[in-house]
Amino acid sequence: MIPELWRVTHRREEFPGTITLSLTREAGGPSPIQPGQFNMLYAFGAGEAAISLSGSSASPAEPLTHTIKGQGLATQALCKLEVGTQLGIRGPFGQGWPTHLAANRPLVIIAGGLGLAPLRPLIYSFLKGHLPARRLQVFYGARRPEEMLYQPELGHWRSSFELVTSVDHASTDWNGHIGVITDPLRVTHLECNDALVFVCGPEIMMRFCIQVLLHKGVTESNIYLSMERNMKCAIGICGHCQWGPNFVCKDGPVFCYRDIRSWFQINSL
Amino acid sequence: MKVVTTLLKEHPFFTGLADKDLAFLSGCTSNSHYKEGEYLARENTPANHFFLIRSGRVAVETFVPNYGPLCLMTLHGGDIFGWSWLYPPYLSAFDARALTSVRSLKLGGQCLRDKCEKEPRLGFELMKRFTKVATERLQAARIQLLDLYGPHPSQGIPRCDP
Ligand SMILES: Cc1cc2nc3c(=O)[nH]c(=O)nc-3n(C[C@H](O)[C@H](O)[C@H](O)COP(=O)(O)OP(=O)(O)OC[C@H]3O[C@@H](n4cnc5c(N)ncnc54)[C@H](O)[C@@H]3O)c2cc1C
Ligand code: FES
Repeated sequence: MIPELWRVTHRREEFPGTITLSLTREAGGPSPIQPGQFNMLYAFGAGEAAISLSGSSASPAEPLTHTIKGQGLATQALCKLEVGTQLGIRGPFGQGWPTHLAANRPLVIIAGGLGLAPLRPLIYSFLKGHLPARRLQVFYGARRPEEMLYQPELGHWRSSFELVTSVDHASTDWNGHIGVITDPLRVTHLECNDALVFVCGPEIMMRFCIQVLLHKGVTESNIYLSMERNMKCAIGICGHCQWGPNFVCKDGPVFCYRDIRSWFQINSL
Repeated sequence: MKVVTTLLKEHPFFTGLADKDLAFLSGCTSNSHYKEGEYLARENTPANHFFLIRSGRVAVETFVPNYGPLCLMTLHGGDIFGWSWLYPPYLSAFDARALTSVRSLKLGGQCLRDKCEKEPRLGFELMKRFTKVATERLQAARIQLLDLYGPHPSQGIPRCDP
């Protein structure tokens, strides 16, 4: 699959080292993508990286939104792209969040750090009334208040659904929880029998959250995770992203915890 | 106004504790209220009490010279603060400062120790509850140390093996 040409139409620095880009396709036309799916973004001369949709998926005609944290060569080059510059995009790829399962059920979203990016499209869907969930609870943990994504939106979210924020470190003029996200998760009431839970964040954070969720009585089949592995082809050919019997690019990145539990617990995978 | 035994029963720390034990403990308990900015406990001063937070937010802090107070965690309604009254030298390890108006139940440390000595079954029950909270806090502190949302460990966090 050959990358298509896209152009940066808007750029926002979330905090130093992490940016959100709005992109439009040079050739025009719709670009349908589902929450939880990802594109391969190609910064010319630097390389390609898998980046999840972080904006609205409501209309394929809307600009495509991606949030990128500069980690290595490709992502740092993507972070430096200015408005008006071009990049290459292949995609969309992968299995997204199983939103159809949320019909008439409480949806719990747990995000850690950059993990909020692939979950934000679901929040937008809920706010627009497109997500059939009966109720939304969002838990969002970050390193510091200054390192929280989408800060201008958090106030509106807080008034629209239950948003619990937690940071590892902060001064006490910060209004949220200081500690780890598992603390508020442990004490907040969830409708555990029926709740559908979507989790995305560093793998260790997801592991600790799952312990708390299972302890609270959420069943394994109601927990979905978005996994990350190094990608190359993104279409299930090269084997770079192989994880147990799965290819993260094709069978994931979103998996049901019940189906991947045994791979999740093997350290070297 | 609710009686102390009812308030003790409503706090998650005492969920499932027998009525007779709650009645026994209520003798050590008083209702307390802190205004924003007031301290429930000060670092290195006698730890005379154990607090059940009913509502409000409390910062657990330590003072860093040339910096000021550093908040290690916040506690909320349903949490507890303080187990330094359990062990000599009975000195608080941290400051606990009310970030908002705080309603709490305050149990006397000496009184609790005496009651637990007299009633070892209750003492063991309380010990199990304290160690559960202490274990959760230890685990949370370890997760905080991992700096999960910081740079990936492959980018330079030291490993244990040489
Ligand atoms: C399905 C999927 C969706 C993703 N969505 C996003 C997204 O929305 N936004 C985003 O910024 N990134 C996202 N990523 C991660 C992103 O793809 C990688 O950070 C990127 O591929 C790194 O490429 P690079 O060339 O910049 O860095 P490299 O040169 O490949 O690596 C940079 C450094 O990061 C280290 N590293 C390895 N794995 C990780 C990791 N998982 N996290 C952090 N550092 C790591 C490497 O060891 C190296 O030191 C996603 C990954 C996947 C698989
Ligand atoms: S990236 Fe090639 S198989 Fe998944």
